[in-house]
Amino acid sequence: MKRPIRVVVAKAGLDGHDRGAKVVARALRDAGMEVIYTGVHQTPEQVVETALQEDADAIGVSLLSGAHNYIFPRINELMKEKGLDDVLLFGGGIIPEADWPGLRKVGVERVFPPGASLEEITTYVRAAVPKKRGVEV
Amino acid sequence: MATIRRAGASRPGTPAPENPATSSDLVARARSGDKRSIARLLTIVENDEPEAADAMRALYPDTGRAQIVGITGPPGGGKSTLVNRLAAAFRERASHVAIVAVDPSSPFSGGAILGDRIRMRERFLDEGIFIRSMASRGHTGGLARATVRVVNVLDALGTDVVLVETVGVGQEEVDVIRVADTVCLVTVPGLGDDIQAIKAGILEIADVLVVNKADRPGADETARDLAQMLSLAKDRPWKTPIIRTSAQTGEGLPQLLDAIAKHRSWSLSSGEHEDRRRAAARAEVEALLREALLRELEGRVGAARLNAAVARVAERSIDPYAAVEELLRR
Ligand SMILES: Nc1nc2c(ncn2[C@@H]2O[C@H](COP(=O)(O)OP(=O)(O)O)[C@@H](O)[C@H]2O)c(=O)[nH]1
Ligand SMILES: [Mg+2]
Repeated sequence: MKRPIRVVVAKAGLDGHDRGAKVVARALRDAGMEVIYTGVHQTPEQVVETALQEDADAIGVSLLSGAHNYIFPRINELMKEKGLDDVLLFGGGIIPEADWPGLRKVGVERVFPPGASLEEITTYVRAAVPKKRGVEV
Repeated sequence: MATIRRAGASRPGTPAPENPATSSDLVARARSGDKRSIARLLTIVENDEPEAADAMRALYPDTGRAQIVGITGPPGGGKSTLVNRLAAAFRERASHVAIVAVDPSSPFSGGAILGDRIRMRERFLDEGIFIRSMASRGHTGGLARATVRVVNVLDALGTDVVLVETVGVGQEEVDVIRVADTVCLVTVPGLGDDIQAIKAGILEIADVLVVNKADRPGADETARDLAQMLSLAKDRPWKTPIIRTSAQTGEGLPQLLDAIAKHRSWSLSSGEHEDRRRAAARAEVEALLREALLRELEGRVGAARLNAAVARVAERSIDPYAAVEELLRR
């Protein structure tokens, strides 16, 4: 059955800027995906519950505030708890490159720094989702 | 379009049996309240996946119990914010409330931004509330083609109240009466002459008229204008109430809830409810029949013959009517 990829895009952390997340959401839409956009200040609990109810294929979390070493491990933990093992998790925003390997260990398959092109992000999601699901596109 | 092919109910990650889960396993797990299974089931009916017919067969006898409230109206009027409030209010009395919020798909990419959840964040972690966003996927009329099916599944799984938010792009969104017991049309003050833009036709689908953003000036005037427009409409057995609300402050919410309840009991006792259910059933069966016939016809005609006919029409060696006649003749 062919259907659009569904992606939850959320902005975590205390700051209220979600311009970056919105731009990514629009790019994913323009690439033919259905983007569930939940806005700023999202907690890991809210993000994972949304992905669960929306039967999302992927979760993209953007943050600027430096809380990534708390937020992502917590999201990963909750995803495991709820059985979302085949849902792709990726991140974006201001996350020091030194922290990427550690994040990969907690399930963040890819981190996009502020300079990443939208093309790069949409191409990645389109390829990585079916791989994660273990089925062909 | 970015699409994915997924093997029905069997998901690599689900803590599922060794064998790929059949739709009856999935239905059983969904019935026991497992949200992952509920979400999957909704996806299956949304995409009309092969398991959809079996799932619907199992669930349909249990439909018809939920109270279904439709929320429609122009963009930015506060539908999502109001739905957020209504969900909280209904939850005080009901153990299971669901929200189905539809947003438009892009006609260019087929993608969509589903943003209604932004206004519903206080409800995300309520165990008794299930929120599902849907893209219209090219369907006009204010709902997605599969919204009725999604509502049916939620209904059958024991949801007490389902709130359905339409696309709200200002087109004539009348599909909502096919799914909702009570339709609330949400307007805002200060539309001025634009109130005429709410065409008589759209006004007629309202069982309850809401003037939201009543915390702003002009709500009384708008309510008065609407009352006048309603009085011009031909006599109808139900007198549509006009309720002023502020989804922001919660003002007017008790009155709105009361109006919805009153409409529901009138509808049940007057036979209106039954009539609507019958009309809805007809619409759904006819739509499915049309789709099935179209598929069958496409199979019978075949892509090659269709393409050949199209090419001849394009080069004007045959007219479109003749092409169709020929294709149907086989
Ligand atoms: N002042 C005021 N603003 C409101 C009210 N209800 C909603 N809004 C705002 O109106 C905007 C659109 O609301 P939303 O619920 O998304 O509208 P929808 O497009 O109809 O779903 C948001 O900025 C809301 O905060 C209200 O009662 N009063
Ligand atoms: Mg909305």
